[in-house]
Amino acid sequence: MRHFPGNWIQAREIPLHIRDTHPCEVFGVSISQTGLASTAEAASEPAKPPPRRRLHLAGNALWLTVPALLLLLGVVGYPLLTIVLRSFSEPMWGLQNYVWFFGTPVNLVVLQRTFEVSAWVTLACVICAYPYAYMMTAVGPLLRMLLVLCVLVPFWVSGVVRTMAWVILLQDSGVINSALRWAGFGTVRLIRTQQGVVIGMTQVLLPFMILPLYSVMRGIDLRLVQAARSLGARPSRAFLQVYLPLSLPGVYAGAIIVFILALGFYITPALLGGPRSTMLSTLVQNQVLSLLNWGRGGAMGVVLLVATFILLALAAPLMRQRHRQGARR
Amino acid sequence: MTSISATGAPARGAAIDIVSASKRYGGFVALDNVSLHIEAGEFMTLLGPSGSGKTTTLNVVAGFTEVTSGNLDVGGASMVGTPAHKRNIGVVFQHYALFPHMNVGRNVAYPLTLRGIGRAEREKRVARALDMVKMADFAHRYPSELSGGQQQRVALARAIVFDPPILLMDEPLGALDKKLREWLQLEIKRIHRELGTTFVYVTHDQEEALVLSDRIAVFNQGKIEQIGTGRQLYDEPATLFVGKFIGDSTVLRGDVRTSGEETAIAVAGETVVTRKRLPGTMKPVMLLRPEKLSLTRPGQAANGRNRLPGQITEAIYLGSGSKYEVRLRDGSTAIVRSPLEAEIFAIGDAVSLTFAETDAKLLADDGRADLTLT
Repeated sequence: MRHFPGNWIQAREIPLHIRDTHPCEVFGVSISQTGLASTAEAASEPAKPPPRRRLHLAGNALWLTVPALLLLLGVVGYPLLTIVLRSFSEPMWGLQNYVWFFGTPVNLVVLQRTFEVSAWVTLACVICAYPYAYMMTAVGPLLRMLLVLCVLVPFWVSGVVRTMAWVILLQDSGVINSALRWAGFGTVRLIRTQQGVVIGMTQVLLPFMILPLYSVMRGIDLRLVQAARSLGARPSRAFLQVYLPLSLPGVYAGAIIVFILALGFYITPALLGGPRSTMLSTLVQNQVLSLLNWGRGGAMGVVLLVATFILLALAAPLMRQRHRQGARR
Repeated sequence: MTSISATGAPARGAAIDIVSASKRYGGFVALDNVSLHIEAGEFMTLLGPSGSGKTTTLNVVAGFTEVTSGNLDVGGASMVGTPAHKRNIGVVFQHYALFPHMNVGRNVAYPLTLRGIGRAEREKRVARALDMVKMADFAHRYPSELSGGQQQRVALARAIVFDPPILLMDEPLGALDKKLREWLQLEIKRIHRELGTTFVYVTHDQEEALVLSDRIAVFNQGKIEQIGTGRQLYDEPATLFVGKFIGDSTVLRGDVRTSGEETAIAVAGETVVTRKRLPGTMKPVMLLRPEKLSLTRPGQAANGRNRLPGQITEAIYLGSGSKYEVRLRDGSTAIVRSPLEAEIFAIGDAVSLTFAETDAKLLADDGRADLTLT
C-alpha cells in the first residue's frame, strides 16, 4: 500500500524537521542556494563567510547511514520494486495492466482529476501560506512562536481525526452551512464534492508550504527592500521586484512538496470526497484490497510515480534559477 | 525626480537643514533636539560611538525614519512626510544591500529603470557609473561572485548613477579590512570631488572622519557635541568627549584651585598649571595632545612649571618617531608622541612628563565623556 511517492515523507516526521533550524533543507530548497554559493566563494577574494566546517571522519564511518539506508531500501525500496514487478507480471508477464489502465476512460478521468485537485490545493496553499510565512518573519519572537505553534498543532492530531473534524464542519447540517443558512445564503454543498476535498487537503498540507517559505523568507535581508526604496521604488514595486523574486525558491520548494503529497493523498479524499471526487489512491485501494488485483493496483502506482518524476524534471529548471544569495549576511 | 538633468550631467549638490530634530522610541531618545546645517556639495561626516544618534540622523534624511518633532529641509524644501522613494537621495549601506538576484549591470541600472529612462541612455549611464568606481569589467557578475570591496563599489555606483543631489553613506567601509578601507577612502574622496554631490558619511572611526571630511559633526547620546573641521575638533575640542574621541589624548584630573586667570590641578601630589579659566561651575580637567607632551629623565632640567613623575608602560617605535604610554602616580595613563630626534626610553623607565602651560586645554568634566566610548 505504501508505495505512493507522497508517502515517502510521512506526516508524523515533520515536527522533527522543525526543531532543526533549517526546516527547508529537508524540502530541497537549498539546491538553489548552497550549491551555487560554493562556486561563488571560490571566485572571490576576502570578506566571505568561511566554507562550512566538515567533520573529518574515516571512510568506514559510512556505517552511520546504515539504519536509515536499511529503512529506505528495505521498507520502501523492496516493496516498491515488488509492486513495479507485479504490475508487469500479474496475472501474467506483459503490459496488460497498463493497457487496461490507459484503455479505461474512468481511470484517465480520475488521473486527470488527481492532478487537477493537487494543482488547486497547491494554489490554495501558496495563497494562504505566503502572507502567513511573511508575518512569521515580521513579528516579534513571542508572536512568532505562537504562529509556529498554530502550524504545528495539527501535526499532533491524527490525520483521521482532523479529517473527521472537517466532515463535521463541512456536512450539510454542519457548522459552515448552519452559519450560511443563518446569514441567509442557503446551503452550499461541500461534503462529498471536489471543493470539500480541496479545502480539507489544503488545511492538511498547509504546513508543508509555510515552513519552506518561512525558511527562505527568514533569509531575505529586509534592508534590500529599504535599498530599493532609497533608489526610488514605491513599496509595491520594491516587493514585486526585490522581495518576491528572492522568496520564489521557497514558493517552488513548498509547491513541489505540496503537489506531490497531494497526488498520493488517500484519507482526506476518501472521507471528504464522493464518487465524483475520487482520486487515484482510492482506485488503487479498491483494486488491491477489494478486488485483490495487485497487478492493476501496482500499475496505477507506477503511473503516478512516473508522472511525479516527469513533473519534478519539468520543475527542476525553476529550482536551479540563478538566485544567488551569497551577498547576504 | 526633479533633479535628474536631461543630459545626465552630474547635478549639483543640495543643502540639508536639520532643525531641532528629535526622535523617540518609547522612552528611549535616539535624537535629542539635533540641528545641523550641511552646505551644498559639502562632505559632512557624522561621527560618534554606536547608539549616539548618527545613523538615526542618516535614516531621517533618507526617509527610513520620521522625526518625532523638528524639521528637515533638503534643497530648501521640507522633506517631513515625504516617503523614501520620492526623496531622490542615494544611500550606500554598510552591508552593501546589492540585489542578489540581479547581476552588477542590472543592480546599477535599477534606479534608472524605476525612473523610466530608456535603454540606450541607461546603458550609457551604467557604464559611466561603473567606470567611475572602476568596476566596468564586472557588469555581468553576480554580487555573490564579488569580494566585499567590489560589492561596495558597485553599491556606490548604484547610488550615484541617478545623479542624486545627496549621497548618504552608513559606515560603508565598516566590514572591510584596513588596507582596502584606506584605498576606498581615497576613492570616495575622488568621487566626491568629481561629482560635487553633497556627501553625508556616518562612521565611528575618527581617523576615517579626518581623512574624508570637510566638516565633522560629533554625536554622543543623541546630541551633537561639536561641529567643525577636523583641525578645529582636534585643536579646540568643545567638550571632553570630543577631545577624547578625536585623536589620542591625556586627561589630567585632580583637586582644582583657581586664582585670577590661572587654573591649577593637583595630580597625585604634583600641581600642574594652565593660564586658562573655565567659565561656569563645572569642574575642569586638563586635556593634552600626545605631541604636546615631552619626556625627560627625572631631575633633568626642563622648561616650564608643569612636571609629573611617571613610568613608561609601553614604548612603540613608529618610524617617524615614538609613542609612549606613561603611567602617572594617580594610576591614569598619559600618551606621548615624541619626535625622531628625542631621547629613546624603554619600558619601566622612570620619567618626568612635561608640557607648556599654553598647551593644556581646560574642559568641563561633564560626565558624558566616559559613558559611551567604544
